Amino acid sequence: MDETILQISHLSKLFGKNVVLRDIDFTVKKGDVTSIIGSSGSGKSTLLRCINLLEQPTSGHILYHGKDISSKGFNIPAYRAKVGMVFQSFNLFSNHTVLDNCMIGQRKVLKKDRITAEKTAKYYLEKVGMLPYINAKPRQISGGQKQRVAIARALAMEPEILLFDEPTSALDPQMVGEVLDVMKTLVKEGLTMIVVTHEMAFARDVSSRAVFMKDGIICEEGTPEQIFVNPSKQDTKEFLSRFFDR
Amino acid sequence: MNKMAQLGSDIVKLWGDYGNAYLSGIWSTISLAVICTAVGCIIGLLCGILQTIPCAKTDNIIKRFFLGLLRVIIRIYVEVFRGTPMILQAVFIYFALPYFSDNTLRFDSVWLAAFTVVSINTGAYMAESVRGGILSIDVGQTEGAKAIGMTHFKTMLYVILPQALRNIMPQIGNNLIINIKDTSVLFIIGYTEFFAVHKAAVGATFKYFPSATIEMAGYLILTIVCSVILRYIERRMDGTDSYSLVQADQLTLAAGTYTYPAKTGGRDYEAIKNAEQLEAGKRAGIRDVGNLNLDKNERGR
Ligand SMILES: Nc1ncnc2c1ncn2[C@@H]1O[C@H](COP(=O)(O)OP(=O)(O)O)[C@@H](O)[C@H]1O
Ligand SMILES: [Mg+2]
Repeated sequence: MDETILQISHLSKLFGKNVVLRDIDFTVKKGDVTSIIGSSGSGKSTLLRCINLLEQPTSGHILYHGKDISSKGFNIPAYRAKVGMVFQSFNLFSNHTVLDNCMIGQRKVLKKDRITAEKTAKYYLEKVGMLPYINAKPRQISGGQKQRVAIARALAMEPEILLFDEPTSALDPQMVGEVLDVMKTLVKEGLTMIVVTHEMAFARDVSSRAVFMKDGIICEEGTPEQIFVNPSKQDTKEFLSRFFDR
Repeated sequence: MNKMAQLGSDIVKLWGDYGNAYLSGIWSTISLAVICTAVGCIIGLLCGILQTIPCAKTDNIIKRFFLGLLRVIIRIYVEVFRGTPMILQAVFIYFALPYFSDNTLRFDSVWLAAFTVVSINTGAYMAESVRGGILSIDVGQTEGAKAIGMTHFKTMLYVILPQALRNIMPQIGNNLIINIKDTSVLFIIGYTEFFAVHKAAVGATFKYFPSATIEMAGYLILTIVCSVILRYIERRMDGTDSYSLVQADQLTLAAGTYTYPAKTGGRDYEAIKNAEQLEAGKRAGIRDVGNLNLDKNERGR
């Protein structure tokens, strides 16, 4: 259980002259559930996007099982298949049904045959409670349902680690619960996850580690108790008080 | 009324003499228009895909150079063939071969020349339509596809282009209808389509107006039929507005009645079963409630 999956060192990202991430060091071990909190614009999404190479890091290294993901000849599609991502805006494929959304990556990337892919897709759709909707198109289901399908789509690739970028921020309040419930199930199963979220109660209760980001740096990190109950940095206290004193 | 009756009889007489010619003209027109629109779409799709290959500043210099070159070439192609009259393009292309090869090379058939001109011309228009269609699909879907490991090509093929194609169907229809009408300029290289029949018929009979009436009606029928068919295709592409909820029991049944064999001779199937059994221990608590169907299946087999 101590196996290191990702090791990020001295990661920096600039957009033009705008420094969005500076000198981030960060390690993810198998089974870790890391929640990343911080105010809007602090670089949380950019960090996840760098990990998934949706953004190219400006400097620093991201090692996946010891291999640098920016090195020459590194198989990026294969890496992305192992590092799943769930987006705030779901990003389902509008032209495919719920079932096909969960099968297409298995078929076209993992090259599984149809029967195996369908079986796996249905297994994970059942897990997120979306099995009855396999024939629906994304435009025909609600936001919470879309996000659950997006999670199933990511899970169907059987990733080693799953990145969530504010998975409930685009949802109506009554739909947040259904998505968080699914995520709690995944935590129980021991899936390695990094979750960017504003759901503080969720982050405090389910994560094994919490990271507070501010202005592109990791300001404070520790166990959920350290961050949420006894934060040592003033910035962390201020940020949290805005959430809990309401 | 008298005149209308005369027009009627003139048309009947014309049709009696030239009916087959008109019909074969209509066939030449519609077949060329349909084929060239289809080929033009393929050219447009290729240009669209090539133009939207992402090119980051961090990519190596050779890749950036070729991508840049490609974009410039496509740009020139689009501007040249959108910006000049097709009648001129026909002459230009038709006579280019013999000119440069001192008459040793020429288009063997006028059809081939006509096909080349109209396809290339349509492709130039479609390249822009496809590019617009691709850009209109929100980048989130591209990122969603990348995040599960799809390459640019796969993302385009399975996610973006099907949607882009649906969105530009009205433009494809426009191009088809324009091609039906504008192939009439190909008389300049001697291609005998619908309008060329008119010229032949009135040359012999001087019945300008009756023949023009037949032509008007013929073109109108062609274009309206095409519009109706295109609308139908669009509706088919949209699919139904409703979907059926699937009962868990039915799923189990369906999963048990597959008739097509696995392509790999079932080897992978065994592998995943083994893998699932391995994982079963790990997930025991969840599988009891969460995976009823699959468990049933496995037991049944
Ligand atoms: N593609 C981009 N181009 C330029 N600036 C960007 C881009 N993406 C994000 N930024 C900037 O980076 C900063 C961090 O953004 P982001 O990572 O989305 O923050 P968070 O997810 O924590 O809200 C913001 O100031 C944002 O304006
Ligand atoms: Mg964000």
